[in-house]
Amino acid sequence: MSKGFQIVVCIKQVPDPRYLSKITIDPVTKTIRRENVPAVINPLDKNALEEALRIRERFGGKVVAISMGPPQAERVCRDALAMGADEAILLCDKALAGSDTLATAYALSLAIKKLGNFDMVFCGNETVDGSTAQVPPQLAEFLEVPHVTRVRKIISVNGSEMIIERTIEYGYMKVKVKLPAVIAVTKDINEPRLPTVSAILKCYKKEIVKWTASDIGASPQYVGLEGSPTKVTDVFSPEVKRRREIFEGPVDEEIEWLIEKLHESGVI
Amino acid sequence: MTKEWKGIMTFTEQRFGRIEEVSLELLGGARKLAEKSGGDVSTLLIGRDVKNLARELIAYGADKVFIVEHPLLTYYQSDIYARIFADIVQKQKPNIVLVGATSIGMDLAPRVAAKLRTGLSAHVVKLEIGDDGLLRQIVPGFGGNVMAVVTCPEKRPQMATVRPGVLKKLKKDELRKGEIIELEVKVGEEELKARTLEMRIEPPPELPIEKAEIVVAGGWGICDKECFNMLKELAKLLGGAVGGTRPVLDEDLIKEDQMIGQSGKTIAPKVYIGFGISGEMHHVVGILDADTIIAVNIDPKAPIFDFVDYGVVGDAKEILPRLIKKLKEKLEKKRG
Repeated sequence: MSKGFQIVVCIKQVPDPRYLSKITIDPVTKTIRRENVPAVINPLDKNALEEALRIRERFGGKVVAISMGPPQAERVCRDALAMGADEAILLCDKALAGSDTLATAYALSLAIKKLGNFDMVFCGNETVDGSTAQVPPQLAEFLEVPHVTRVRKIISVNGSEMIIERTIEYGYMKVKVKLPAVIAVTKDINEPRLPTVSAILKCYKKEIVKWTASDIGASPQYVGLEGSPTKVTDVFSPEVKRRREIFEGPVDEEIEWLIEKLHESGVI
Repeated sequence: MTKEWKGIMTFTEQRFGRIEEVSLELLGGARKLAEKSGGDVSTLLIGRDVKNLARELIAYGADKVFIVEHPLLTYYQSDIYARIFADIVQKQKPNIVLVGATSIGMDLAPRVAAKLRTGLSAHVVKLEIGDDGLLRQIVPGFGGNVMAVVTCPEKRPQMATVRPGVLKKLKKDELRKGEIIELEVKVGEEELKARTLEMRIEPPPELPIEKAEIVVAGGWGICDKECFNMLKELAKLLGGAVGGTRPVLDEDLIKEDQMIGQSGKTIAPKVYIGFGISGEMHHVVGILDADTIIAVNIDPKAPIFDFVDYGVVGDAKEILPRLIKKLKEKLEKKRG
């Protein structure tokens, strides 16, 4: 405790959620076309990082951000440094490409173990691309530590445990979790800070550590496409069969038409 | 290797001794899948004094109900629930495992899948058995703009979490026969590393949107307090519930339980009426199963119009109050 907490934050580069509707599928090649869609740090990962920074500011310690992704994901590592992370690591290797949540969690767990002892791992509860919310509990399993998802509030922290609120449908649960632990946060937990200009300038002076699959000792059969038990066998755009009757006219007529349709649909 | 894995196991979620609706839906969906994939349908029920719920699970389609009871398991406890679940799956070897995509199911299923080193797909919107016998799991990605078919060809079981409202529960059959198996499981306090101390439910005053036959929803185009009060009035008038999109939730105009879409609720009402909703896929994936979709939006090019049965191009802020007034007159006349 005297040295504070060793905190890891998992971050991911994702398509900017404001432009998700621009993502389409090439019907012939079945590849996902995401050109012109800017990449950003997953929004909830900023909340995860913010919470880690607040704990460091209160208790001391160190915050390390880890991302797994293509070389471009260096960008989100910079973002994390600009927000205040002490170090940033990019797990980057072709062998890791195509990993599903299980393979991703396995690789991240190896990287975190390589860092040494840790007290907390913060993650965004889900990402905007796959939004599976599966990596945090799976990461915890590989790290052999408890996990708490959907965390909206940390009520108290001491050297060996935290008391936390997690949201559930129509309510919440209060959970006491022993450290070390994996904590997946929702947007309600905090308001992420904006990096200052000087922090943005300084973040370029720091080195982003790059690790390959062999640096973390990942067995090839457990990572990447090969190590992923789930396979994507097809992708398609959702199809819609609707009447698509559109009415445009003076407001009075529009309301009459609406009421007629509500009546036909059995609402009134 | 995968041949010895047979049948389907579901996880039954209970809160305060009441079965969650999605768990009954899972049983209905599992029965349908089992017609093609074979084997029986079993379910796992964990809690304290929950034995009395087993009959209900059989009536809704379970052939076998495995029960684990312990005073330490009153609330959902992730460490122990996951350990018990993974253990029974390893012993019973079900080919398919289904879990409700709820705040508890989504916390539990990934941990279980990781223990079993098997595949898991998240919040599927459709499940079917392919000609090769594999479970085809249809999952939305990139905010619902892309649908993917996911399979788990080599590892067993094939696991999926399923959103409430996606599968249909069967008609309750009190005469259905099934087996109730109580399991002896050792549970110790030391195992509770993440311990749920209490669970608070704040029941919503309104009708939950997934149960409403009529849902009126608002989006960015009517993102203010006044409009949402009107929306509430309209919902009341029509006997429906109010829902909304992510930006509306961000503005605190609705609660999280009212958000419709990929990271919110999937609904299948008789009629959905959207006001000021542009039609981002993130939202639209949550309403695809509505019988009728109606929308009002000011922008004739808004993507929502690709998804509607009836669309009105107009300012929702202007139309809402006048629609309410007209409807009131009509309903009063009807009542005479």
